[in-house]
Amino acid sequence: MAVKPEEFNFAKSDQFHTAMIPGKFARAMRTCKIWQFIRFVIINLKMIIVVSKSH
Amino acid sequence: MARLVVLGGGVAGHTAATFAADWLGKEHEVVVVTPNSKWNWIPSNIWVGVGGMTKEDVTFDLAPVYEKAGITYKQAKAVSLNPEGNGTTDKSFVTIEYTGQGKAGQSEEVTFDYLINATGPKLNFAATPGLGDANGLGEFTVSVCTADHADHAAHELTKIMDKMRKGERQKILIGTGHGMCTCQGAAFEYIFNVEHEIRKAGLRDMADIQWISNESFMGDFGMGGLHMKVGGYVVSSRIFTESLFAERGVNYITGAHVNKVEKGKVTYELLDGTTGEETFDFSMLIPPFAGVGLKAYNKAGEDITDTVFAPNGFMKVDADYTPKPYAEWKASDWPRTYQNPTFKNMFAAGIAFAPPHIISKPMKSPNGTVINPTPPRTGMPSGIMGKAVAHSVCDLIKKGPSAHLHEASMAEMGAACVASAGKGWLDGQAAAMTVYPVVPDFEKYPGTGRDTDYTFGEIGLAGHWIKHILHYLFIYKAKLKPFWKVIPE
Repeated sequence: MAVKPEEFNFAKSDQFHTAMIPGKFARAMRTCKIWQFIRFVIINLKMIIVVSKSH
Repeated sequence: MARLVVLGGGVAGHTAATFAADWLGKEHEVVVVTPNSKWNWIPSNIWVGVGGMTKEDVTFDLAPVYEKAGITYKQAKAVSLNPEGNGTTDKSFVTIEYTGQGKAGQSEEVTFDYLINATGPKLNFAATPGLGDANGLGEFTVSVCTADHADHAAHELTKIMDKMRKGERQKILIGTGHGMCTCQGAAFEYIFNVEHEIRKAGLRDMADIQWISNESFMGDFGMGGLHMKVGGYVVSSRIFTESLFAERGVNYITGAHVNKVEKGKVTYELLDGTTGEETFDFSMLIPPFAGVGLKAYNKAGEDITDTVFAPNGFMKVDADYTPKPYAEWKASDWPRTYQNPTFKNMFAAGIAFAPPHIISKPMKSPNGTVINPTPPRTGMPSGIMGKAVAHSVCDLIKKGPSAHLHEASMAEMGAACVASAGKGWLDGQAAAMTVYPVVPDFEKYPGTGRDTDYTFGEIGLAGHWIKHILHYLFIYKAKLKPFWKVIPE
């Protein structure tokens, strides 16, 4: 059975062995344009709040 | 008519000068002294450094912008301050030395009623043998600290990618070039942009990419790390950062003081006292920052530099500089108004002010070598400080010396950081992070020192779009285009 892409790096070093590596679904959501548009709106709103709290 | 002199035309200085000119109108004069002829949106130097943008894309000429704003522009570097004047005048003045405008090398004394020191840092390449010298960047590594440096880095990167195409495996080393560097974020963003470009070119298997940093753990970022909300969890930035590196197959060395750079090789000391070597074919190492080396003299001509500036060359402001152990550090140690305690007509903003202490936990190797990041105070905090200080000076001029000073403590302000990899609108990704406040306040937020409702991190296209928008938005604002004042810092 072929190694899944997200599991490939685990064996490369001890540093990577204990790290959290995103799987197929998480990677897909990072580039899903509809989901990312929603996140874009949410992140912007949060950043505007942080900016307004900072002035 | 009062005169405000602003030293420096970076994020803090440009923000302070442009707002002050707008608020003061033509009744008073604002003078900017900066050795540079161009303004540089430094965060986008990362894209210049991988060939995604040209240096012209991230810079513009300052002279026409200052002419439009009614600001007197002197392309010069500040050499010394005389806050009390000298034997012939009681008026405060700054001695400058021109670097352009057809007067290069000429000196001038510019009197002032108020002064904002926003000189930014000296890129102290000379601190590490081989990293550079008093004249700047050395021959063995590259930098992305200026647009010219980034342009040079892109050319060097192209060369090693050509070698990879010919079948030559290449070693890439990116990180910090000294144990007391700040600005890990820039190196962090650059390493992922380099990795992205190499992967996009189909050459990832031909490159060994290595991170080296003075942070004691991944994700310290000079802020002692942070806890952020990710996917419903409150997660340490260490987990977040290690995940990014593991996903991309980038190895890392932490707690490293690079003590020597040679052709194709660095040597370093670690926090546990051991030493090591790393070879490289291409290396971008951030230098440590220092004050620009301004001197200060009293009326009698005696050197009072130690009174005005901290030993690292940054200007003393209203911070609590009393030496105390880490356990006793408080958010209230950090300055609020950025007014010099000795000379009330002088302020400092951005990197130019002397922090009371670092934010990260102080670390030393068993050999006594200090290895810890210094506090970040670039970008958003610099802009906010610049605006607050400009507001204070304008009120002092208009309302008199008893005017209320505006406050912008780093322990009460947040920062947004977008570290993007890739340049295309659809093929890149970014880690978008906000932190609130920058300096942790464990009295107000006993758990993590920060408000985890507003300290969060996320990876994806959305952050990448934000990075693009910020590039165009802040250059638009800095050019003082219509409605520039409504764009926040």
